[in-house]
Amino acid sequence: MKYDVVIIGAGVSGAAVARELSRYRVKACVLEREEDVCCGTSKANSGIVHAGYDARPGTHMAKLNILGNWMMSELTRKLDIPFKRNGSMVICTEKERLCELEELCERGKKNGVPDLRILSREEAVRREPNLADEVMYALYAPTGGIVCPFELNIALAENAYTNGIEFHFNTEALAIQKTESGFQIRTEKGNYETKIIVNAAGVYADVFHNMVSGEKMTITPRRGEYMLFDQAVGNHVLSTIFRLPDELGKGVLVTPTVHGNLLVGPTAKNLKDREALDTTADGFAAIKSQVARSVKDIPFRQVITSFAGLRACAQTSDFIIGEATDAKGFIDCAGIASPGLTSCPAIGMEVAEIAREKLNLQPNPTFCGTRKGILRPMSLRMEERNALIRGNPAYGTIVCRCESVTEGEILDAVRRPLGARSLDGVKRRTRAGMGRCQAGFCSPKVMEILAREWRVPLDQVTKCGGASRLIAGVNKDKWQGDE
Amino acid sequence: MEKYEIVIVGGGPAGLAAAVSAKEAGADRILILERDETLGGILNQCIHNGFGLHTFKEELTGPEYAQRFIDQVQALRIEYRLGTMVMEIGRDKVVTAMNREKGMFQIEAKAVILAMGCRERPRGALNIPGYRPAGIYSAGTAQRLVNLEGFLPGREIVILGSGDIGLIMARRMTLEGAHVLLVAELMPYSGGLKRNIVQCLDDFEIPLRLRHTVTRIHGKERVEGVTVQEVDETGTPVTGTEEYYPCDTLLLSVGLIPENELSRGMGIGISPVTSGPIVDDRLGTSVEGVFACGNVLHVHDLVDYVSEEAYLAGKHAACYVKEAESGRWTERGRNVLVSGKEGVRYTVPSLICPERMEETLTVRFRVGDIYKDRFLSVYLDDERIQHRRRPVMAPGEMEQVILSREELLKHPDLKSVTIKIEEV
Repeated sequence: MKYDVVIIGAGVSGAAVARELSRYRVKACVLEREEDVCCGTSKANSGIVHAGYDARPGTHMAKLNILGNWMMSELTRKLDIPFKRNGSMVICTEKERLCELEELCERGKKNGVPDLRILSREEAVRREPNLADEVMYALYAPTGGIVCPFELNIALAENAYTNGIEFHFNTEALAIQKTESGFQIRTEKGNYETKIIVNAAGVYADVFHNMVSGEKMTITPRRGEYMLFDQAVGNHVLSTIFRLPDELGKGVLVTPTVHGNLLVGPTAKNLKDREALDTTADGFAAIKSQVARSVKDIPFRQVITSFAGLRACAQTSDFIIGEATDAKGFIDCAGIASPGLTSCPAIGMEVAEIAREKLNLQPNPTFCGTRKGILRPMSLRMEERNALIRGNPAYGTIVCRCESVTEGEILDAVRRPLGARSLDGVKRRTRAGMGRCQAGFCSPKVMEILAREWRVPLDQVTKCGGASRLIAGVNKDKWQGDE
Repeated sequence: MEKYEIVIVGGGPAGLAAAVSAKEAGADRILILERDETLGGILNQCIHNGFGLHTFKEELTGPEYAQRFIDQVQALRIEYRLGTMVMEIGRDKVVTAMNREKGMFQIEAKAVILAMGCRERPRGALNIPGYRPAGIYSAGTAQRLVNLEGFLPGREIVILGSGDIGLIMARRMTLEGAHVLLVAELMPYSGGLKRNIVQCLDDFEIPLRLRHTVTRIHGKERVEGVTVQEVDETGTPVTGTEEYYPCDTLLLSVGLIPENELSRGMGIGISPVTSGPIVDDRLGTSVEGVFACGNVLHVHDLVDYVSEEAYLAGKHAACYVKEAESGRWTERGRNVLVSGKEGVRYTVPSLICPERMEETLTVRFRVGDIYKDRFLSVYLDDERIQHRRRPVMAPGEMEQVILSREELLKHPDLKSVTIKIEEV
């Protein structure tokens, strides 16, 4: 299999690069070891579109954050996914640290963040009545926003796919060798010859980089644990509340999600294990103790789930974007920790530009940058909704009660380009199973739909691909008791 | 807009009994809205026996019990719509619902009976550390897969929580060829019925480990095992007591939550203890003409009590329809507060109007701990009027006291009724 460009990783960076590349006539594919897009770092993060005051001026992070934030409005409109500029606040609880807040404000201004200002306690509490009593000042950034990380990743990939980029799932890159014309990537499904590799492999980016480059890279997986709350308490805060950052990052934040839940996290713990997506009792305790200093009365009884994600942290504390100096054609898109989600539109552009220059790519005349998302009947007026149901009665059946997801939406999620193959795939595309009962009621129904649509027996349906089968067999199939 | 006298939300045991009773009490146009494709609710997947001992004096399976009421609903020609999800109820009792055939539609009701039942508490609400693999099911979801669809969710099973569904599923999974390693229960007592512990665990030699919980879930794709740990009096895991159980499935039976999203949406007052609406002796909620019964009101142990409660709700709803227009409904006397103290966690109802109440009223409640050889007492203000010795009371079993109107009317200045547990 010969390609101009192979992108390793279908996370939000890989998908953003793929979409930008699809503007050109290019033979490119994305290799993903999981069964779907958005299965690594991109699926478990804060879903924040950062305003851009954190990064040191002059870094990739600073530049791409600002650019990404600025691009997000138009991109989410084109990709038909929800995005909200809910504003963000960095709170300060000690008088003597006001200078740090001011420093952050100055840094933000230098980075180009618009409309930053420091609020007094009174002003801050007027906006956010649930701020902790010890909050004294807050840096307010109206351009901070929230987005659904799944939908952004999925929409970018879908749009790239419909514009001609291939996606090969369950295809893990095992080894990379330099060849005369570029690289050969070995996978269990055959070898891929390519002129250019884009290394968007998240917490594994260093592994691939080090296969071709003598200048060794280290990516540290930094685990962040989160708690997600019922929509009933989604308006506990309206903007995203950060604490003043320390050496391990921005600390535990409190934010509404774009779908109206409340999200609290992440912790920050550097690990060796790149698969350590487990939550811990220590993590929960850390979240609870840290958050109390920024927001009061967090309703911990309303937690509906908890999860952990691994940020891919480079030792330089900056994104590593660009061609490896000793491996021409190998373009790193590595160390994409926070604000990676925010920056992805800009990362995609920057990386695609490198490839365009190197391969002298010509515009793709059929490129279409818009994508129609899954139709949400909830957003329609009653007459519109009835017309929809008359045309397709599947929109009249609710499958997920908690999130009011209809069978029509689930069928759309399965049948559309790069459609969902697993319970999690359906969940990330439609929110079925994301609500307060956490798939208790809808999972048997969604499993049935998946089995029917993909024409597989029910025991082949998985939670998230691989060995994550949901059913072990049928009743009494291995019954060992007395007859 | 379509008009009905009574709209009943939910066609499970509560909704069915309420419909039958409302019809018998003279209501004419009644409509049951059921989100599933069949009437009967959760009973359809409860294929074990033990239902109906009180109501029918015989032992039925869940589907048989439901069928008795479905037959009555059909004989009485009560209308129902299946596959119909109620999306919203207004305070003006306009019910917005949706199904495949009619799309979204609205119904103006004179009275509404809430009978939506409850849902299971999910893993997420427990904050069990570890991975999030396939193979973690709430007991009811597993019950549906096994009993309605014939699929075995797993072969080596650990069950967390000893609620009734968990106990029933321990037996069911065993009978279907799976191996249940143990049932772990955080509390020092089971949350289920004594009879289920005997018949579902003891009879199958399945160990019940009280004061134990799952403190870690292992396995990245499918469950590979769980760590079970002893907990101290505060529920905190005790270091050094970790035991690893290899298994492919974790079933959770850790509590049921009344499904009151619709009720909250219409601004009905909800009890923080039961998570169900606060009701008076006629099972009326804080919105006039809206009644509640069954597990949406408070989680029951026996369906027989659900039916009994629903009968009452249906009857009062029918009465409301007749009396609302003439204004007679609201001519109530004073409201007397009913509450539980010292071990009695809540009462249903929370308000009584002695002038208007029926001859007798059953007040139902649950206790907060295991109590052996205590008195169950009822006080009218400071005067003790009932004092009944009970050998044992447990949180898993619903308790009740019966109040008589005659007795209450003897106290013209009555302010409160209190139910307590007292030492011998």
